[in-house]
Amino acid sequence: MTVLDAPSAIRPGTLGDSVLRPDGTAKVQGSFEFCSDLNAEGCVWGATLRSPHPYARIRSIDVSAAWRVPGVLAVITADDVPGQANYGLIVPDQPVFAADVVRYVGEPIAAVAGDDPEVCRRALAAIEVDYDVLEPLIDAEAALDPNTPAIHPDGNVISSQPVIHGDRDATGDVVVEATYEVGMQDQAFLGLEAALAIPDPGGRGLEVYVATQWMHEDRRQMADCLGLDPESVRLVLGGVGGAFGAREDISLQIHTSLLALRLGRPVRMAYDRAESFLGHVHRHPATMWMRHHATADGQLVKVESRMVFDGGAYASTSEAVLLNAVTQAPGPYRCPNAVIEGHAVRTNHLPCGAMRGFGVVQVCFAHESQMDKLADACGVDPWELRLQNAMHTGDTTITGQVVHNVAPVEECLRATAALPLPDEPVGGHPRADGSADVMKTPGGAGRTTDASDVVRGIGWGVSMKNLMYSAGFDDYSTARCRLADGVVTLKFATVEVGQGFVTLAGQIARSVLGVDDVVLGRIDTQVGSAGSTSASRQTWMSGGAVAAACRAVRDRLFLHVAEQHDVDPGQLEIDGTDVRDEASGWRIPVVDASAGVDIDETVEYRHPATEPLDENGQGDCHVGFVFVAHRAVVDVDPELGLVKVVQIATAQDVGRALNPLSITGQIEGGVAQGLGLAVMEEIIQTDGIIRNGNFTDYLLPTFLDMPDVVATLIEQPDPLAPLGAKGVGEPPTISSTPAIVAAIRDALRQVDGVGRPLDRVPVRPADICLPARASASSTTG
Amino acid sequence: MNVTLTINGTAHTYDLEPRTLLVQLIREHAGLTGTNIGCDTSSCGACSVHLDGEAVKSCTLLAVQADGADVTTIEGMASADGTMHPVQQAFMDEHGLQCGFCTPGMVMAASSLLAENPSPTDEDVRIGLEGNLCRCTGYHNIVKAVLTASGADQ
Repeated sequence: MTVLDAPSAIRPGTLGDSVLRPDGTAKVQGSFEFCSDLNAEGCVWGATLRSPHPYARIRSIDVSAAWRVPGVLAVITADDVPGQANYGLIVPDQPVFAADVVRYVGEPIAAVAGDDPEVCRRALAAIEVDYDVLEPLIDAEAALDPNTPAIHPDGNVISSQPVIHGDRDATGDVVVEATYEVGMQDQAFLGLEAALAIPDPGGRGLEVYVATQWMHEDRRQMADCLGLDPESVRLVLGGVGGAFGAREDISLQIHTSLLALRLGRPVRMAYDRAESFLGHVHRHPATMWMRHHATADGQLVKVESRMVFDGGAYASTSEAVLLNAVTQAPGPYRCPNAVIEGHAVRTNHLPCGAMRGFGVVQVCFAHESQMDKLADACGVDPWELRLQNAMHTGDTTITGQVVHNVAPVEECLRATAALPLPDEPVGGHPRADGSADVMKTPGGAGRTTDASDVVRGIGWGVSMKNLMYSAGFDDYSTARCRLADGVVTLKFATVEVGQGFVTLAGQIARSVLGVDDVVLGRIDTQVGSAGSTSASRQTWMSGGAVAAACRAVRDRLFLHVAEQHDVDPGQLEIDGTDVRDEASGWRIPVVDASAGVDIDETVEYRHPATEPLDENGQGDCHVGFVFVAHRAVVDVDPELGLVKVVQIATAQDVGRALNPLSITGQIEGGVAQGLGLAVMEEIIQTDGIIRNGNFTDYLLPTFLDMPDVVATLIEQPDPLAPLGAKGVGEPPTISSTPAIVAAIRDALRQVDGVGRPLDRVPVRPADICLPARASASSTTG
Repeated sequence: MNVTLTINGTAHTYDLEPRTLLVQLIREHAGLTGTNIGCDTSSCGACSVHLDGEAVKSCTLLAVQADGADVTTIEGMASADGTMHPVQQAFMDEHGLQCGFCTPGMVMAASSLLAENPSPTDEDVRIGLEGNLCRCTGYHNIVKAVLTASGADQ
């Protein structure tokens, strides 16, 4: 169960109220149209041929046999791409179809269209590709070596970014260091990739229904490759079954469009789960060495780090992921000196890009593990050490940026510590007969654990996360508000992936404009860009845009009313249905007040400009930051290496809680994904070949894995945020992972006084129960 | 081959290839797209429907195995007058969904669980629904919804 602060009295449906989802009825009744449900008159199916090799030269592609499969309507390859051959979010380095080289298992080579999926499958099987199989580059460290042959014309290094701050030669009385690793995590949204492309008559444009995160960026990349003007490519959001970063890159958008334009008829494509694992980017695996220097009593003096992120075969957003990682390497702590070196490289692994937490998840596991190590070396309690070093508003980050945001790190730590510990006994609930409830023990229904062997541990994790897009990116969102006949219509291209912006938009209109009757227009590209639903940015950005558009409409309505009725526009307000003058008590229904006028305002909201980092990694590169603390309680079976996460307590900086119920959902869902990375989830690749691309072998948290979550919201409205509110999506995932690992370490230390380093996530049973391998860890001072 | 079955109270006969899965019959032949496909390996439960009153994963059954059966999908859960099933209503009220892709399968599995055990504990719900995955909610609001619905049933 979750403890939330009691909300104060607020008008139902407005900001601060736990408003229910407007799409909830359709979603519980099965009538909500997910993208995979869409169809059109005369629609045929498309499918993609993918590389079985991580690295190979293509000698030839022979599609002639595919054409002979009955029911085949189109077969296309790189030769059929009329526009730009490559696409990409930051640099166009990824081929629409591989022409001469394949660089990862699953890289698209050709696409077919046919009457049904089975025809497509037979056609794909009939395409003959002659490969010269090459030795794959699978070691990210080797990719940095200038002597390693380049696997891509742009080279093996996607991005390198140092951050040098303060006195690079500073040293501390106490020094701790270790090397940490994070495995590749999958976003594992449940709603598989799907698209429906409907060509315009004459073939000069098309309408594409797709489940994505960023409509206008998809359109830009699609138009480039299709050789069309962006205006000729109209995107409509198909119902999205979760995203978590995996839909920020192009997957099947261009392929589906090419087939539809070729055939002059609607084409739909849909991935199955195995193809989905190959068809979208994943969380970057990372290797991070860190050395922390502190005074004898635990005050941070300097953080040094060298980190290598494995970007896989193509660049995607690696550069931005790395920027987040290097700039937030010390975490939410005052750190006067830093020497950080970060690299993102190409390998023949699956391409990596956005996933909830975006670079900060990786460094947070490292910096929080380091804070525990430091606490141990200084003889200070881990919570006290964090409190002692906690960042506050006005402090400077390691890029020299002053944190102007509300920065309640101390409050998060104190509030989390005040939350109750679980009353559940170690080793599981006792049954009536006194035996343990096996479902509550590590290993659960496997019934392998003896409750008397179970040891409980407690650990901490604290994090900071930048909000919005950084480093000089022109980041904005557009919203249109129209008032006609007393009804407010909002229009935006803000993608709803399940996070609840469709709920929030109505709340904003009811609060800012004051009219209760709010209708949402279709989410498509017939309005300006809203930017991406990522970086915890839409509450701030699209929330800011909707609020500004609503304010503009309200002001125009008040002027109109003032003219018509000889009242002071400065004294007017709207209470849900009526415009009223509070002083005189005069009122008029909004429907009458707006009769005969059509008030229509479109506003672009921009956050204050950021700047790129200089050659030393210095600069005001981020817009703002959000903070959170997590405390994990785990039960561990040290002999079998099994873990049951018992409870996560968390206090999260939200600025202002615009919809407490919705925030709770984000916190609990985010914790589940943090738990997944801590002890369950990893895409395994051997020699560049994925071993577990399905939900049987890729382990996702279930009902029984989910711990109790006790949460409290730290509400300190941020004066920089348009609604005082910060984004809430990413923080729950980021520091729940290191908190869980710290708790496992704590439990294991109780067993033999030494414990295990657990310097890699996910923590596997063997990491817990086998003798500790030689560790890179050391402590001096 | 012919498969005759009842879906949401209406009898249907389909001429199908023997390899057709029940979920394909429901989505592609009956046109009921509320039943979702999330994994193809019977791991996620998004395709859960009722077969003669009991929840099954419809990607795990051949359509021919449902010959003569009574199938209920999410579209058949509301009353004839449109009133939502208590489990549907509780998922709404308790914010037991975000993206909503797992929701139809969850509602079907949960209503089957409640038919068997009308007064489950929190633990009973977790064990009963363990075969259904949700990636958005962290499950707690789903458990709350099922417990709320069980109260409504009493």
